[in-house]
Amino acid sequence: MKDKREFTLPSRIESVDEAASEAEAFVKQNGYGDDFVSAIDLAVRESVANAVKHGNKFDPEKSVEVTLQTSPEGIEIIVRDFGPGFDLEEIPDPTNPENLLKASGRGILFMRSFMDHVEWHNHDEGGMLVKMAKWQ
Amino acid sequence: MSDITISERQAGDVTILDLDGKVTIGEGSVALRNAIRRLLGDGKSKILMNLAGVGYIDSSGIGELVSSFTAVNKEGGTLKLLNLTQKIQDLLAITKLLTVFDVYEDEESALASYN
Repeated sequence: MKDKREFTLPSRIESVDEAASEAEAFVKQNGYGDDFVSAIDLAVRESVANAVKHGNKFDPEKSVEVTLQTSPEGIEIIVRDFGPGFDLEEIPDPTNPENLLKASGRGILFMRSFMDHVEWHNHDEGGMLVKMAKWQ
Repeated sequence: MSDITISERQAGDVTILDLDGKVTIGEGSVALRNAIRRLLGDGKSKILMNLAGVGYIDSSGIGELVSSFTAVNKEGGTLKLLNLTQKIQDLLAITKLLTVFDVYEDEESALASYN
């Protein structure tokens, strides 16, 4: 049976911990082990942190919407912000030697490294969606 | 309660920071930044960061390690890492930062490397 959990969080740093706790509980309830939980936890943290910081830019009028759901293949996560969106091509590769000593810019790399599928879309009604999946 | 506890001890002219907890966006990263600033302000620039107790780190925490490294270098000092957990080692490998940091698995060798 498909399990689904949706929640909305304010644009503040504390939302990162809240989303990660919800995700951890959801994944554990669905019977996944520690490595799987750890990967989902990191991906949720990074995506919600990006939504709060870079998407909504901490705007208290804007929220972050998170959907966690099971699929026959594993776990799917959708995180939506209400910011202006961004062009993936313009995100610098943090592993390029010239970027190695930068203090930020590694979140997307972590999401891609720990999830099996990650894609970004501009939402029809504004904001940015990131859809991620991790397969069993 | 803070996500992280940072204890300081001295071994000759090397300051060892024992980190215990999470180095994540928010409190954990800020606590680390403040600890490094304070040490540099006190003229302590040979720093060994013991990460054995760090159960969790995110991209913000990794970024803070990099910022600490560059801040210490800027003051003519040296920051090295000790006792990486497997998780942190994996993240440093993914980000290619294992090529940047000097990493040790035992304290004695780490301290000897400062001489």
